[in-house]
Amino acid sequence: MADAEALLEPLIPALRRYAYALLRDHDAADDLVQDTLERALSRWTLRRRDGDLRAWLFTIQRNLYVSALRQGQRRGAHVELDEATTPSTVAQQESGIEVQDILATLDQLPEEQKSLLLLVGVEELSYDDAAKIMGVPLGTVMSRLSRGRQRLRALLETGRTTLLRRVK
Amino acid sequence: MTGREFSIGDETLQAFVDERLDDERRAAVEAQLALHPELAERVALERRQRAILRSRLKAKFAEPIPTRLRIANLRAARRTSWTRGWTSAAAAVALFVSGATAGWFANQIGPAASPPAPTVSVAQGAQAAYRTFVVEVAHPVEVGVQQETHLLQWLSKRLGRKLAAPDLSPFGYRLMGGRLLPGGSGAAAQLMYDDASGRRLTIYVRAAEGSETAFRFQKEGEAATFAWIDQGFGFAVTATATRDELLPIAEAVYRGLEGKS
Repeated sequence: MADAEALLEPLIPALRRYAYALLRDHDAADDLVQDTLERALSRWTLRRRDGDLRAWLFTIQRNLYVSALRQGQRRGAHVELDEATTPSTVAQQESGIEVQDILATLDQLPEEQKSLLLLVGVEELSYDDAAKIMGVPLGTVMSRLSRGRQRLRALLETGRTTLLRRVK
Repeated sequence: MTGREFSIGDETLQAFVDERLDDERRAAVEAQLALHPELAERVALERRQRAILRSRLKAKFAEPIPTRLRIANLRAARRTSWTRGWTSAAAAVALFVSGATAGWFANQIGPAASPPAPTVSVAQGAQAAYRTFVVEVAHPVEVGVQQETHLLQWLSKRLGRKLAAPDLSPFGYRLMGGRLLPGGSGAAAQLMYDDASGRRLTIYVRAAEGSETAFRFQKEGEAATFAWIDQGFGFAVTATATRDELLPIAEAVYRGLEGKS
């Protein structure tokens, strides 16, 4: 248990970054990270010593997020999800010209694609680790990554064209 | 080179976007992309999106860790909530012994209080598990006595210690089965017994600090517990019984678990 602090703390900034990108709310993100760390501490002795600690933590955090998401969907009207369906228009109206918040756009992707773009593209986890975190084969990771990026590109392009039409 | 045929796989392209290719393979991709301007533009766009996403989140990453997420604080919070449980129980015991000492004891309670003795936390865990599952009608145990061998092998494996089910028939108790529980920082095992009248008794085992201690008696509500530590494991026998009824059973369990019977 003594090593938990030394091993976990350096990884907290990355967990906060991933949580914030998922939730786009600073407090909610820290709640998620706190749950993640508490769970990690409670399972500290059960973790695989030879496994990658970072991947393990991201797995816990992503699973917590996904199950919260499912609960929210079951409950129906959840602010987070309502917001998620119409984020880019809001972002456009607020930001005016060309800046579209990439996080709001990212939010329009299915969770599996969104998480992969973050875990691979931002957190720089290996494709193998990403596959373990998501619980899918490597090939699925690669195709989802490809689809996710394609989709993000399309969304950003459409955002730009609708914006241009509106400005004219 | 056959001209317009693009020979790079999608996976390699993703690795290119992620900047994970070695020099040689990157050069090969770049050479191909040079021949396919439309694709090159798409790939460049994806790389830019990746860069935008990273820079968008840069500030978040650079933020100092909030106090509430510091590991020491999270652990202190865990210990406090845990401590609170045992201190109130301990305070109740002290009150039972003497009002005056209870007052003194209450002064010792607080964040500065030292962590509970291992036997206390084992007894606490045992009683919590007892309260939860003894009232259970539909699923009192996870694995029933019909699969006793499997049960004991499974629990032994998860505990990291060979576990035997002591024979308590001299006391009128027979094994119902058992279950795996979270306990302390690892796993705990609970074996449940009942007698002809349906009274239930549990044996609780989990890893605990310490080499060997005497039996410690604790009563919470109707549930009485004898707990002890032996060779890095904590044991507890819990039942709705008096101290005198439970003590010989605890001794039998001690001998039975150690294979000393």
